[in-house]
Amino acid sequence: MAKKFLLSGNEAIAMAARDCRVSLGVGYPGTPSSEILDEFSKLGGKAQWAPNEKVSLEVAIGGSFAQGRCMATMKHVGVNVAADPLFTIAYSGTPGGLVLISADDPGMASSQNEQDNRRYAISAGVPLLEPSDSQEAYDFTIKAFELSEKYKTLVILRMTTRVCHSKSIVVTNDNIAPAPAISYTKDVKSNVMIPAYARLAHKRMRQRLADIAAFNESSEFVKEEINSTELGVISSGISYMHVKDAAPEASVLKIGLSYPLPIERIRAFAAKVKRCVVVEEGDPIVAEACLAAGIKVEGKNEMYRFGELNVGRVRRILANDTTPEEAIPSGKPPQLCPGCPHRKSYEVLRDLNLIVTGDIGCYTLGVLPPFEAIDSCVCMGASITTGLGLRHVLPEKDAKRVVSVIGDSTFWHTGINGIVEMVYNRPATGHVVVILDNGTTAMTGLQEHAGTGRHLDNSASDKLVIEDVLKAMKVDNVDIVDTTLENERYKALLQERLASNDISVIIARRPCILGVAKLAKAAKKEVK
Amino acid sequence: MNVTNVIFAGLGGQGVLKGTDILGEVLFEKGFDVKKSEVHGMSQRGGSVSSEVRYGEKVFSPMIPHGEADYLIVLDETQVEVNISKLKKDGILISPKDVPTDKLANPKALNIMLLGALSVYLQEIELDAFLNALKMFLPEKLYAMNEEAFLLGRNSVNK
Repeated sequence: MAKKFLLSGNEAIAMAARDCRVSLGVGYPGTPSSEILDEFSKLGGKAQWAPNEKVSLEVAIGGSFAQGRCMATMKHVGVNVAADPLFTIAYSGTPGGLVLISADDPGMASSQNEQDNRRYAISAGVPLLEPSDSQEAYDFTIKAFELSEKYKTLVILRMTTRVCHSKSIVVTNDNIAPAPAISYTKDVKSNVMIPAYARLAHKRMRQRLADIAAFNESSEFVKEEINSTELGVISSGISYMHVKDAAPEASVLKIGLSYPLPIERIRAFAAKVKRCVVVEEGDPIVAEACLAAGIKVEGKNEMYRFGELNVGRVRRILANDTTPEEAIPSGKPPQLCPGCPHRKSYEVLRDLNLIVTGDIGCYTLGVLPPFEAIDSCVCMGASITTGLGLRHVLPEKDAKRVVSVIGDSTFWHTGINGIVEMVYNRPATGHVVVILDNGTTAMTGLQEHAGTGRHLDNSASDKLVIEDVLKAMKVDNVDIVDTTLENERYKALLQERLASNDISVIIARRPCILGVAKLAKAAKKEVK
Repeated sequence: MNVTNVIFAGLGGQGVLKGTDILGEVLFEKGFDVKKSEVHGMSQRGGSVSSEVRYGEKVFSPMIPHGEADYLIVLDETQVEVNISKLKKDGILISPKDVPTDKLANPKALNIMLLGALSVYLQEIELDAFLNALKMFLPEKLYAMNEEAFLLGRNSVNK
């Protein structure tokens, strides 16, 4: 029987994945997507952390080759890493259900940019669904698999921070189409993208999109609510909810399948109202598509491209209010925990006046006072490589001040490629990398990774050892220090390595204090 | 369309999210439409944390429009200033000053004590509904201590 729950969007996706019998969920942790796989695993689903998003999507693609329902979960910038397989699987199509969950972060609550991943659907040529609350997160996950299996294509389920993390009521579905039987059929013309086959596959992909666009014109994903004929609003995702509060009197066209757009439905709606406004978070994608199709709509002012929308901002958009917005008090900024091992690592870097290329993780907080020890942060894995670029171009005196810092999970993600580059294209002054190894993926909520010796569900796994890998890769010097207990040794070692022309890695190893607490809790449970 | 808006605010680690989790569950069990909103991730590393609950017959946006909160529950006095503009004109602020924090067996139960104080205002919900939700969300051995904190908070409000 259908059951009722109060769930976050991420929990709703996990429950839908369980209910529609997803064979495999693979992802890399990233706020706001991280909870999906943990919850799916708790519900009995098979879920795995991959070293990065490209790997996770590829593993999911492989599973779909066997007709299994597979999903890959990641944050918006993770899709950049997974873009390579995404663009080609869009051509191939998939024999089995394949859903890519992209969790966007408008407003950058916990990200380095606020890119709008609806663009990926357009660019790669795959359909995209946009849930606006937890019920739709549940329903659309199931429908994403149905669409994927019907049209033989990867489907993007595009979440945003508010939909991922807000809780609302979900009623489960008892009438879900059974998952197809697992089986493998060789089909090289679809699955081997050599140019001769890919040229044909590209045409098939465009035809698929045309078919889905035609389907969307009469699909249940479009909801039209006719109220006042003075004002009509076209909206999707969380923006729809803000619109309903901001302008309860307006007519609304809500779009659920946002690519390919139901352009004739939109045209018909716009013709029914005197003024038609597109309210969408992020880039003006729907507004531009409407204008390009000759539909008379208003987009939002450019100032509302930035940050999240909310009820107040939607009221302003509808009132054409472009006066400066009131600044909301920002509160206390985040900081490294008291007792965090990174603190001692950063104090030394700061005191030695170095050029420090940083990376993505808790340790990015080393940019803030009292440390102010980081000079750059671009993307996952970029600390080592940008450090190498600086070393190659700077005059010797300054080149020798360059240090890269990276975390352990980030090292396995894409940092390891930087080590390959460092050994292969060694700068004349060498280089120094400090791996801040706290034994977990801390920032996103203490997830396991290839170096922790535990799987996603806490069961034992083989453990990759950072120093063993570095030694095998012919790094000149690999040292392990505890920067808290051996602070003087760490400082002396760092100075010694910087003075040489060697390529060196110092592993600053001490567990995350929150991670230790989590493990103690898990161990206690096991004893019980 | 009558929606009631509640904000919990404090610092990372104080139990802000647990507070709204329990409140959300109580309201859900009572049959209200409920939405609860917050942002996880970087903001939780010791920084300001706030979480919002909206309930009524039908709730759309999970985010409370600025300046329209009916209740603001603050777990750390420093966070009053940051959040006060979210409260509507005749809205109710409940902070540690309003409850007997010196009677807390464990300072970690402050969130529950403040929830107890809030419960006095939410007259449509009976005491048992709150206590049942506490049982659901807290480990058995912590329940008695939290129930005491809840009741101390509840009895400290003269309304």
